[in-house]
Amino acid sequence: MLESNSMITLVVLMAILALATAIIYVKYPTQELKDRVNSWWYILGFFSLGIMLNSTLAMFFFAFLSFLALKEYFTLIPSRLTDRRVMFYAYLAIPIQYYFAGISWYGMFIIWIPVYLFLLLPFRQVLIGETKGFLENTARVQWGLMMFVFGLSHLAYMLTLEPIDGVGGKELVLYLVLLTAFNDVLQYLWGKSFGKHKIIPKVSPNKTVEGFVGAFFTISILAVLFSYLTPFNWYEALGAGMLISVAGFVGDVVISMIKRDIGVKDSGNLIPGHGGVLDRVDSLVYTAPLFFHYVHYLYY
Amino acid sequence: MWIKKLFFIFLVRPLVLIVAGVSLKGKENLPITGPAILIANHNSHLDTMVMMSLFSLKTLEKVRPIGAEDYFCNKPYKTWLSKNLLDLIPLKRKPTKEEGHPFSGIYNALDNQEIVLLFPEGSRGDPEVMKPFKTGIAHMAEAYPDVPVIPLAIHGAGKALPKGEALFVPFIIDVHVGEAVLHKGESKAEYTKNLYSIVESLEKC
Repeated sequence: MLESNSMITLVVLMAILALATAIIYVKYPTQELKDRVNSWWYILGFFSLGIMLNSTLAMFFFAFLSFLALKEYFTLIPSRLTDRRVMFYAYLAIPIQYYFAGISWYGMFIIWIPVYLFLLLPFRQVLIGETKGFLENTARVQWGLMMFVFGLSHLAYMLTLEPIDGVGGKELVLYLVLLTAFNDVLQYLWGKSFGKHKIIPKVSPNKTVEGFVGAFFTISILAVLFSYLTPFNWYEALGAGMLISVAGFVGDVVISMIKRDIGVKDSGNLIPGHGGVLDRVDSLVYTAPLFFHYVHYLYY
Repeated sequence: MWIKKLFFIFLVRPLVLIVAGVSLKGKENLPITGPAILIANHNSHLDTMVMMSLFSLKTLEKVRPIGAEDYFCNKPYKTWLSKNLLDLIPLKRKPTKEEGHPFSGIYNALDNQEIVLLFPEGSRGDPEVMKPFKTGIAHMAEAYPDVPVIPLAIHGAGKALPKGEALFVPFIIDVHVGEAVLHKGESKAEYTKNLYSIVESLEKC
């Protein structure tokens, strides 16, 4: 179970979100804002459940999230019929990666995809024998694995970290997800209120310098405020906040790059009902591994 | 038909709706009661499973796919599976005179207020390539002009489980249900061609 301080944090978050929902539905009932706030309810619900489950169930839970994201990615990218088999191996890599996370085998967890699958998947393509498009497909599949399986699985490994001063992996995951989510929201809010200068107009026309800078400072403060969920002192928390804010932004725009490349605006629109997982995990794909290694370097 | 229900609850629906995943457009065009004829492009064995998974369990009882007798009923175990798991209507691809009207099974089903699934291409083709439609559907529409014919376009099933492959690989399957088409007295060839272009345009949007 969660420590009482993280329980209180969750309750406070739900209260804030409930307030935001009420304000949006009563005062600003635009579809865009409604969709945004609804999706935040899903995310909050999803992750609260994820971190409250026992550790084995939590592994299945995060593995399923990786699976959904990878499946959406594989559906979106162009592929040849022969790529199916390579993709099948990529799916098989998910339970193995999460098994290594679940048993806290750090060495295998950290090299299974970047080393072993990196070497194995091209060989699988050799066995299939389709030479045309070999390089593109190898790159596409490996990249998807790195992002949506390797990257996201850091959340799962973080859950298994031993507690230090009474705060353990669950609190760290909560801290990370909370700040990543707030970073997205704050970038949007700062941008809406003060945004004038577009930061990368070619990739993400809605992102502004003001949004980025505003969120950067707010998240740095929030990171210190919420540092009771971590073993950090104030300047370590400040560093974590800055890291999460920048990494979250980069993750967001990198996923936008894929969508621009494929030619869709919103993966959720393309696949209603089942889509939008990529849009939900885009920032986490970057913040999870970076924050994990920040904590790992400082404390483990 | 409890075996069919169990088969769908525990095997087909989890596989189709969760492992692969269906993204459905035009849900409001799906019939809730029979009689109706659903037609779709055909690339994969998954097509039938996807179409049947779109219905509620209550309606599923009334949903019956049409399959070639020479493929689905050529061995006793296949006949048993087709009958009990899918409630398939077997269709003879090369009917003889003595056996009566080749569509009698389909017409019986329509008379029983059932929803019939048909692939007018006749058989599974290459992934994401549509073959010309056969005119059987025009015969049915002429015989039952009041029964709505509902066109569907399925995209992605041919990637998840192509013809001739046993390995199922998860991809999200797009299904687009179009509005019911009614027979307006056109010729069989015209009707079939029209239906083809409707499915083609559903696939594109």
